[in-house]
Formats: sequence, structure tokens, C-alpha cells
Amino acid sequence: MPGKLKAKIVAGRQLPVMDRASDLTDAFVEVKFGNTTFKTDVYPKSLNPQWNSEWFKFEVDDEDLQDEPLQITVLDHDTYSANDAIGKVYIDIDPLLSSEAATVISGWFPIYDTIHGIRGEINVLVKVDLFNDSNRFRQSSCGVKFFCTTSIPRCYRVVTVHGFVEELVVNEDPEYQWIDRIRTPRASNEARQRLISLMSGELQRKIGLKVLEMGGNAVVGYLQCFDLEGESGLVVRAIGTACTLDKLSSLPTAALPACNSPSRDMKEVPFSEDPNPNTHSSGPSTPLKNQTYSFSPSKSYSRQSSSSDTDLSLTPKTGMGSGGSVGKEGGPLKTLLRQQTQTALEQRGASSSRVFVRTMEFPFFTLTCFPPGFLVHVGGVVSARSVKLLDRIHNPDEPETRDAWWEEIRQEIKSHAKALGCHAVVGYSESTSICEEVCILSASGTAAILNSRFMQEGCLDSYSEHRLEEPSPPSCGFCHIPYDELNMPFPTHLTYCYNCRRQKVPDVLFTTIDLPVEAAITGKGCLIQARLCRLKKKAQGEANATAISNLLPFMEYELHTQLMNKLKLRGMNALFGLRIQISVGENMLVGLASATGVYLTALPSPGGIQIAGKTPSDIAYEQHISNMQKKINDTIAKNKELYEINPPKLFALDPEAFRGINTEIIEEAVGSPIPEPRQRSRLFRSHSESSDEVWELDLSHGKKDAFVLEIDDTDAVEDIHSLLTDAPPPVGFYSCNTEIMPGINNWTSALQMFTSVRVFRLSNVNMTNQGLNKIFNELCENLLKSLYFKLRSMAPCCLCHLNFVVAVPEEDLIQVAVTAVAMTFDKDQNQENWKPSTDKMLMKAISENEEQLQFPLELCTESPSSQPFSPSKGTGLQDGANVHNTSARASSQEKASPLPEGRSRSLRSTKSCSGSTVSVVKMTPLPFLPGTKIVKYLGIINMFFIRETTSLREEGGVSGFLHCFIAEVFSMVRAHVAALGGNAVVSYSMKECVFMENPNKNQAQCLINVSGDAVIFVRESELEAPTAPPHTSVAQNAGSGADGTT
Amino acid sequence: MEIMSVELDVFVGNTTIMDEEVYQFWLDGYTVSDAVKVRMEGGVLEECEASAEVLQSDTMDQYRTFQMCERLLHTPAKLANQLLFQIPPHRQAMLIERYYAFDSAFVREVLGKKLSKGTKKDLDDVSLKTGITLKSCRRQFDNFKRVFKVVEELKGPLVENIQTHFLLSDKLARDYAAIVFFANNRFETGKRKLQYLSFQDFAFCAGQLISNWTVGAVDNMVEDMDVDLDKEFLQDLKDLKILITDKDLLDQHKSLVCTALRGKTKVYSEMEANFKNLSRGLINIAAKLTNTKDVRDLFIDLVEKFIEPCRSDRWTAADMKLFLIHYTNSAHILDTFKHQVTWDRYMGVIKSCILKMYHD
Repeated sequence: MPGKLKAKIVAGRQLPVMDRASDLTDAFVEVKFGNTTFKTDVYPKSLNPQWNSEWFKFEVDDEDLQDEPLQITVLDHDTYSANDAIGKVYIDIDPLLSSEAATVISGWFPIYDTIHGIRGEINVLVKVDLFNDSNRFRQSSCGVKFFCTTSIPRCYRVVTVHGFVEELVVNEDPEYQWIDRIRTPRASNEARQRLISLMSGELQRKIGLKVLEMGGNAVVGYLQCFDLEGESGLVVRAIGTACTLDKLSSLPTAALPACNSPSRDMKEVPFSEDPNPNTHSSGPSTPLKNQTYSFSPSKSYSRQSSSSDTDLSLTPKTGMGSGGSVGKEGGPLKTLLRQQTQTALEQRGASSSRVFVRTMEFPFFTLTCFPPGFLVHVGGVVSARSVKLLDRIHNPDEPETRDAWWEEIRQEIKSHAKALGCHAVVGYSESTSICEEVCILSASGTAAILNSRFMQEGCLDSYSEHRLEEPSPPSCGFCHIPYDELNMPFPTHLTYCYNCRRQKVPDVLFTTIDLPVEAAITGKGCLIQARLCRLKKKAQGEANATAISNLLPFMEYELHTQLMNKLKLRGMNALFGLRIQISVGENMLVGLASATGVYLTALPSPGGIQIAGKTPSDIAYEQHISNMQKKINDTIAKNKELYEINPPKLFALDPEAFRGINTEIIEEAVGSPIPEPRQRSRLFRSHSESSDEVWELDLSHGKKDAFVLEIDDTDAVEDIHSLLTDAPPPVGFYSCNTEIMPGINNWTSALQMFTSVRVFRLSNVNMTNQGLNKIFNELCENLLKSLYFKLRSMAPCCLCHLNFVVAVPEEDLIQVAVTAVAMTFDKDQNQENWKPSTDKMLMKAISENEEQLQFPLELCTESPSSQPFSPSKGTGLQDGANVHNTSARASSQEKASPLPEGRSRSLRSTKSCSGSTVSVVKMTPLPFLPGTKIVKYLGIINMFFIRETTSLREEGGVSGFLHCFIAEVFSMVRAHVAALGGNAVVSYSMKECVFMENPNKNQAQCLINVSGDAVIFVRESELEAPTAPPHTSVAQNAGSGADGTT
Repeated sequence: MEIMSVELDVFVGNTTIMDEEVYQFWLDGYTVSDAVKVRMEGGVLEECEASAEVLQSDTMDQYRTFQMCERLLHTPAKLANQLLFQIPPHRQAMLIERYYAFDSAFVREVLGKKLSKGTKKDLDDVSLKTGITLKSCRRQFDNFKRVFKVVEELKGPLVENIQTHFLLSDKLARDYAAIVFFANNRFETGKRKLQYLSFQDFAFCAGQLISNWTVGAVDNMVEDMDVDLDKEFLQDLKDLKILITDKDLLDQHKSLVCTALRGKTKVYSEMEANFKNLSRGLINIAAKLTNTKDVRDLFIDLVEKFIEPCRSDRWTAADMKLFLIHYTNSAHILDTFKHQVTWDRYMGVIKSCILKMYHD
């Protein structure tokens, strides 16, 4: 289905001088889309040309619209020789293809050259007319919305979560093609940029198709990655969560208030222990494969897309597939077919729901933050890694090996989740680390049991076998173990929930997700990192892969132990946002685990750390041991004070604690009120059958196993030292790698997103693992210290979403890149914040949330056999009250977000008074901006840049080069967002930063890939006036928050 | 042996972070290591629990940022419209204002000199003499030169032109106007006898000259209106000579002034004795201003011919003011003196300048 793309080149400014003689430039512009190129006139002798071109019109398929970027090249006209390129701008027009996103792209774009960087700016206008709206979604996946945000986007409500979508496309890397030997670096870089842009577009379109097949209209938590496999090719892969979203009548106030203004404190969160040491897999393993029930009721389905799809596609193949090569004339027919199919399906569904009970191949969710009530129980972290040898991808159209590799990993993850008694994996992500021809594939997530009423039917195994007793309180329910305590997947140590005392919780819980909003916590959270280096002999091929495979389990185990010890050292009992990276280099492996530690009120207080020395020992040694023990105890005490961890004593007298496995708990217990025996016995009665076993478990996995550090060699001594060297952040600072800091709620509006990159060179003295570890540890600590120092003027503030990425770009080099956001908060209020909140309050908040989620009650039945609802039906089924609400909100929303042109004008009018034409664009890795409401999502930003220099010294060395490049990338992101009419990027991330240097040749090259969601936000204070009716609900939310906190 | 070295270390904020203190070190031409040293002594470390490495890293990073911004600071209007750095407007203003700020010790050395390559070559001497780093001297010199070049060919008021092109505060723009004016007319300011005068003294005088003696004082839409002195006016000044060449006029003038001052000043007798010399001094200066050479010597002449004699007679500033007022006004009463307008235009400026310059 064709559309018309229109572009107009308005003007340029601050162009570089291209003609030395006149100190001026004769600039003209080429506008290219697909194979069509237009040119503007030459605007002679100016550095600020005013082209004011006609509208250049491209008539194109919407498939091309999705795949291709609009390519704008600025050149200097030269009568006697070839025209010199000044630079290029690539504009992704995808945001214009969705009716709900942007309608025009208009603004100043930096003109970018891969050798010279930014060279002036160009003002461009772009519009798209899609000819036939009714056919619009048929052949391409135009209209499917993409979000990087890993939670339900503000200002949408989720109707259905359909589940996991994945896709990958491969190609030869132009950098490694034969032609690269004869073309210029510029041409090579541009070929690469363009190819990746095309591949991303194609990938997004294909994912979009899958979403449509599943009946969804959006992908949330869209994560796209590049694997630069060198000789063997270039892989672009993406995963995401397909959903059906409904615009919340664009009423900002209705959007998940709890997440939006992170204003609750007390959370009770139970988690489960990480089964990591067991999950490592190396080489090909054949996990049990779930038999996919593939159902093709209609002939209309034809899979002709040349994607990486295998038969493993998780999508129910009932919808209408539209392969890339289906003829255009098939469009209307297919539409018709689809409608018929749907009707047929609906009928069949009504008669026998059996048809729909399909097990999703991978019940994975890339979301990390969920609507209240979505997470029922959380089992713990599941992860899998696999080492592969790369070989050339012979046929890019059949990238089966890469698909098979990922499938293998996913199957393994799935089986781990099963072992934890869970039917789903949330907070799921995938990553790779490549060195020469070896590739480590990693995936991790959090095993969980989800509330099926949020799912499309058949999306998950029904979990009816799970006890559906009275619902657990929201503040602790998710902590309750999902697995069978008689048959636990890993040794852990269960107690009754310290919050509700009705169900069992583990002693420690590790997860990859964000802290659920409703969770009750004590005190504040903090960033916890485990860091590890392991030397590896240089090797080739199989031998190398085997060596790496052999090292991996040890690294995972050690990282896990470090995390556990550091967690205990802080007096905390749960980790959120856990991310373990293992990067491979020629002669070493580097592991970095980051997470946010927190004290879940529902979980038992962690024991201390006890040091045990060698058994036969002298007095001096004993003394040494006891000194160390004292140091550790002091640190724990200090940390508890620092993070304000004073769990309510009332619950400290858990029966198990009482028996005194852990002396610390006993100490705490002393002096606290004696528990009411009646209540306890009642608890026992209600769950009597399991109490004895728990008891036995405790005995068998008592303190000795779990918490004792044996110092029987120097390594262990080092380990303890390194434990104690982690300095707490300076006064006024907090840090976490989750979206928001557990325990801080009153964010103020100041915000600073930043990226910091460091590369360290290890000189080749004989390095030991110990020495390496120490260096790596210091390196990370120093980097954190630098960040605190840099941002000191913002204190009190919190570094949120601290995302560390480690790499070993060359032998003896370690690269660490950090992206995070510093946010200020109001310290005074904060003091009061985590006072005990009542479940009642939480329940109230949750029920409010649920109302706002507007789940039609009829569709919320717990029974897995209830009739599934199609998205269209879902919206149709809204009850009257909701519809009423919606329309009321819609009208007020109109005012809040006027038409795009008007909006962009108004945005521009708020600019600085100094006559600047540059509007401020905020960037944050978080899905929200404190004190604001996101009123519109304008589309995904996904940009890839290459920068190269052959005059490294002149550009200020490697630091000068990269500093400038990162600043350029930021500016290009901001410019694109501003041109879409936006004023912020949320869920921003730098997914790739590959830096290579050759100082001897005075050369360096860097590749950066960034992504995020372009949005329009309005300050809550500005919202008040125009949206009076909704405002009351804001006030209520704020009010209830305040009630709870004071 | 160092087992690890930092190969690369960058920090980039979406909003560009700039520390004003470090900016000043950079502007002052400190090396990174000197700046680190000073910062360490300043106690910022204890305050933030940081280490020397952290300071080093931060300082390097900031220096790099400033270097990248420097190109933009050369045309400050670009700073507001560039896309590379997101800097809030008030920070932009700070960056510009500080970049164009100069040391009074430096400007005194360069004031009135031709802003040429030759002068730039001598900057190491200036650096040695003033204790200001060569780097900083160069920046300040280049700023002078850049502003000079831009406004040289513009129409309209000098101060306004400087303000619109360089986005400087009113005060700083006026100082630059003075610098440009002095450089253009090459006023001598470096002689030993003028050493006691500060830049601000000269800047004040420049302001007076610009608003009263230039072409712009009569016509505000010509090129160089505020930079070139009004030639016609300078020509007219020759007419004032009658006040000293005509014996009657000179005597009348003297008696009028003496009558007015009698009993009102302690240096009356000295004034009376010196009146003719002083008047000759002032009027000869006026009469010679058609020669470019003599324009350059305006200030040295004022000091030698007028200020020094009065100072040796121990006139107070009040004495000086009283004298100049009556000296100027009395000329109006002289019936045969027809050049009142020229006289006022001349004396108004001379009076203000002398009063400003009359100090230790």
C-alpha cells in the first residue's frame, strides 16, 4: 500500500568553509529515499544557505517507509572537480507512520560526517501521506507502536499482554567486504550506517508483523542489539513484549500514578534465591522443548518473509501473516480473509475454548515494571549462557544458526523457570560478548508466576494447580515462594513471611526486575556490584571456546558469592535489577554483576557474615580473624544505619529466628515484645502440613553453609578485603541500578543524564587473577567516585539506573561505559518517608490503579478456560462508566496536547529569551520525568553512528575524540526529538559503544548505538489549570501518598 | 611500575556540566596539574570524599569541554543556537562574560597599542611583567582583536554593537568599547607618567570622548561613528586659541575666574599665579588635536601640562573641580568670545577627564 513521503529543505546554517579561497561554500542538498534522488539548487557563496526548496515527493510502499531512512546529503558544488560531501542526515520516518505519534518532522538537524563529525545544521520538513487508511496495516506493520520503555508506557493502559516477540536479521558487514579495501573510510562507514539503519527498519517491521499476527498493536520493552561478528557478518536482533495498548484517552493523570510519581515507600517484597550456579550451560545442550501447538485455521497464512523465523515462533499462527514478498494486489483480499478468519476464530473460541489453549513457546516478558497485581510470585533469577564459535553466515536470508542458538538458550531459561515452579520469565534480556570468533550468548530473567487475567488466553500455562487461596497482601505476595517447598530447586532457607505470616518466603531473593511498586521495604536501597576478572590463555577456535566454557561456571559462582556477601554486608536481603555481564577478551574474562540491594520487609533479616579460619591455628591468627570479624560486624552496623534499615521488631520473632540459627537475629529479638502465641499457632494451623519440613531445612542449611566465609588461603583474605573496600557513596548521594531508588519518593525536577566511558590499559607485567581483580575493583570504585564528585552540586541526589557495560576491546584493555541519570530529591520529606505504611493504604492505591487500568471485569476471571478477548473486543467491552471517564478525559486532553504544529510552536516559544532557536530536550534512562506527565509518545529513537578519525592527536587524543563524539550523538538525538515536536527522551540507553584505536597510526574509530522513546511531557504544575477535572485525581493520589508518609 | 593507566576518560552530560572554579583556572591559563594542585588546597576533596585521581579526571574533563566550547565562544551568538552542547541560558551568559573578562593589569599593558601581530609577539614580556600566564594573555589579546575586527566595520553605536555581537553585559561592553576606541586612536597610555592611571580611568575618559567628540555624537548612522573623532570639531578647536592669544580675553578670563574663586580655595594664590600657564596648556592641547600624533598624546599632555603643575601646587580634587567649573563657565561671559559651543564640547570632556585622572 503506497504512501507519499514529502520532504522540503528549508535552510542551512553554520556550514563549514569548503572553499578556502572565498572562505565560503556553494552548498546544495540531495534528498534520497530508496532509489529516488532529488536535488536542490546550489545556493552560492554562503555558510547560511536558504534553499527553501519545493516539496520533494516520493511515492513508496509503506514497507519501504518502514525499512528505509530518508537520506539527506549536503554537498559543496564544485565546477571543476567532484562535488565534496559536507555531511549527511538520516531521518527515520517511522514515527510518522503511526497515527498516534508525530505528524510532521520539522527542525534543525546536525549535518553529520563520519570523519569530521558535526558540520553545521540543516532545517528540514518531512511529512507522510498514507493513501488508504483502511488498508494501512495490512502489508507492512505500519502503525504498530514501539516502546523502549520496559513498563506500560504512561498514558496507555494495557488491554492484553500477548507475550514475547523476537526476530533477527543478518547481513555481511560492509567493513569486511572486499570492496572495503578500495573505498574510502567515509564510504565504508556510510555504507555501514545505512545498512544498519535498513536492517533495524526491517527488523522492526518484521517484529511489527508478528505483533499484528498476535492481535497486538504495540511492542513494549523493545530491545534491539547489534552483534558485530566481524568476518562472519552483522546481526541485528531484537526482543520485546507484544501488547495491546489503549490510549488512556490521553489523560495523563490516569496513567499509572504510582509509577509515574514514584511516591510510595514502604514496600514489602519477597524474592527468591538465584539459582545461578546451576544455570550455566556451555556448548550445545538440548533442553526439553515445549511442543508448540501450531494452529493454522486459514489458508491465508503464508510465511514468506525471509526473516529468521523458525518454526519456533511463539505467535499463534492464526492471524494473518504477511510476508515481505506478498504482492500488493493481495492487500484488500487479505484483509478480507483476515476478517473472516477472525470471525471464525471467535466463533470457534466461543464453542470450544480448547482451540485457544496453546502454550506459548517462550512465556517471556521484557518488562521490568508491572501494573500492580500482575506479578503473583517471583521465583528468582534464571540465566543461561552459551559459548559459540562464529562462522560465516552463508545465506543471510536463512540465519538459522543464530536463531537456533538463541532458541537453545531460551529453552534453557524456560526449563530453569519451570524448575522454580514458575510459568513465566519477566525482566528478560539477552546479550552477547564477542571476541574474534568466539561469542558468549547470555540471557537472563526472573522466573515468576503472573496473574493470568492480564494475559491473552493461552499465553501462559495455566497455573490453576497453584494454590489460589486467599490472595496474598500486595506488599508481600510476590515474595512468597512459587515452588514446592518439599522439592526445592536449590538449597534455601524458608521462613514464614514476615509481613503476612501466612506463606513461606526465602531468606534472600534475587531478581532482574524493578522493585514492584506495591512492595514493602525497610530503609533505602543501594547499588551493589560484584566484579571479577579471570585470566585466560590465548587460544584459537574450539580450544578457546572450551577454555571459556570451563571458566564461566566459576565466574558465575564467584560473582554470586560476592553479591551475596556484599548484600549481607549491607544488612539487606534482596536484589533487584540484577544484571550479570561476562565479557570476553583475548586473554581474560571480565565479569560485572550490578544490582540494587534492598531490605524487603517480608523477608527475614539477613544473618551476619562469620569468618572461619584454618582449624589448627595460633593465637596471633585467631586475633587476626577476630579483628576481621569485628571489622565486618562494624561495617554491617554502619550500613544499617546508613541505609536506615530498622525492620519492625515485631516480626523478628519468627519461630525459626527464635530457635537461633543466627545470633544476630536473636540479639535483635531480645527486648522486643514477645509474639502473641495465639497468632503464631493460628498461623501454624493454617499451614501446618509444611511447618516441620521448613524446620528441617533450616537445620540442614543453617548459618554455616550460607554465611560463613572460610579464610583458608590468601585468596579468601583478599576477597574479604575487597568486600570491605567498597566505599559507601558520599553524604547526600544514593545510587541504584533500578529505575528508581527504593525508599526515596519525593523527587524534585532537576535531572542530569550522563554517559561516562573509561578505558584502562594494563601493562603486561605478570598479572595474577588477584591483581587483576583488585585493579578492576578499584577502577569501578573510582569511576563511581568520579561520578559523585562531578554531580556534587546536585546533592542530595540519587544516581538512578546506573548501567555499567564492560568490554575487553583489545588485549590488556578494559573498557567501562556508564549511563545513568542523577535526580534530586527533597531530603527533608524523605526522612519521614518510610514510616510504616498500612496495607490498607496500599490496597487502596492499588485498587485505584486497577480502576485506572480499566480492566473490564468480565474479562478478569481467573479461570483459564474463559473466553479470550480480541483487542477490538476488549475495547468494545468497556463498561459505561469507563467510557464516560474516557471521554471526559479525552476532552481535557485535547487542551493539554494541541495539534502538532501548534505544539511545536508553543514549545519553541518557551525557549530561552536569548533568541535561541534550540529547544531544551531532556534525556533520561528512566521511563518518566519527575514532576511531569508524559502526554504523548512520538515514536522510538534508534540511532547508529560511526565516527572515525585519522588525526587523533589533533582532536585531543582518544578522550577528546570520544568526548566530542558522545556529545555529538546526544545532540543528534535531541535534534531528532525536537523535530518530532518532543521535549524529552525517556528510557534512553546507549546499547553499544565500540571503541577502537590505533595511536601509532593516529587513528581511532567508534560505533555508538542509542535508543529511547521520544515524548512530550508537561509539568504537573502547568497541567493543573487546563485539566481541572483530572487534576482532582492527581491531588487524590498525591494526597494519599502524603497520608501514607506522614 | 604502574600496572594500570587510564587510556581514555570522558564524562558527557546531557546538560553540559561546567564548574565555574575550573573554568576560571582554564581562563587563567593554568595547566591541568596546577589547577588540580590549587583545587586540592581549596579543600574540595574533603568536602566530597574524593581522591586526587578524581580531581585530575574531573579537571581534565572540564578542560576538554571548555576547549570544545572555545570555538563557539569566539562568536557568542552561536552558543545560543548550536546543538552540540545543551547549556542553560544563564550558564551561557556566565561562560561568555567570563571568557571576555580581562585582567586590568593586562589591559593596561595593551591599551592604545595597535592590535597587531607585532603586539601579540610581545605578549610574553607582558606575561612576565604582569604575572598573567601567556595563555591567558593571548586569549585576552585575541578577544580584543576579535571584538575590534567585528565592530570596526559596523554602523551604529559602538557599545550596542558590541553587546549584540558578543552578548556581553553593559559594563563589559563599555569596557570593550573603550579598548576598541583606544586601539583605534592609538592613545598613548604606556608612558611612565601615565602609569598611575588605571584602566577604569581611561575607560571613563574613552566613554566621554566617544559620547562627545566622535562623529557619532552628531550623526548616529555612519560607519566608525563611535571610533573616529569628529574631524570638523577638531578643526573648530583651533578657534579656541583666541582665549590665549588675545591678551584682553586672557586677562578678562583670569579675573573672572579669580573673582569667583577668591576665598573659596586654599590654593588661590598658586592658582592666580599659574592661571595663564594652565589655560595655555589646555587650549594648546585643543588647538593641536588636528594632528594625529597629538591626539595620541592627549593624555600625556593633560598630565604634563595641567595635572602635574596643579599637583605640585597641592591642589585638592575639590580645588580642581571648582577651578574647572569656573574656568569653563567664565568663558561664556566673555563678550568677544564667539565659540561657546565648541568650548563647551571641548571643556565638558576635558573637565570630566581631568577630574577622573586627578588622583595619586
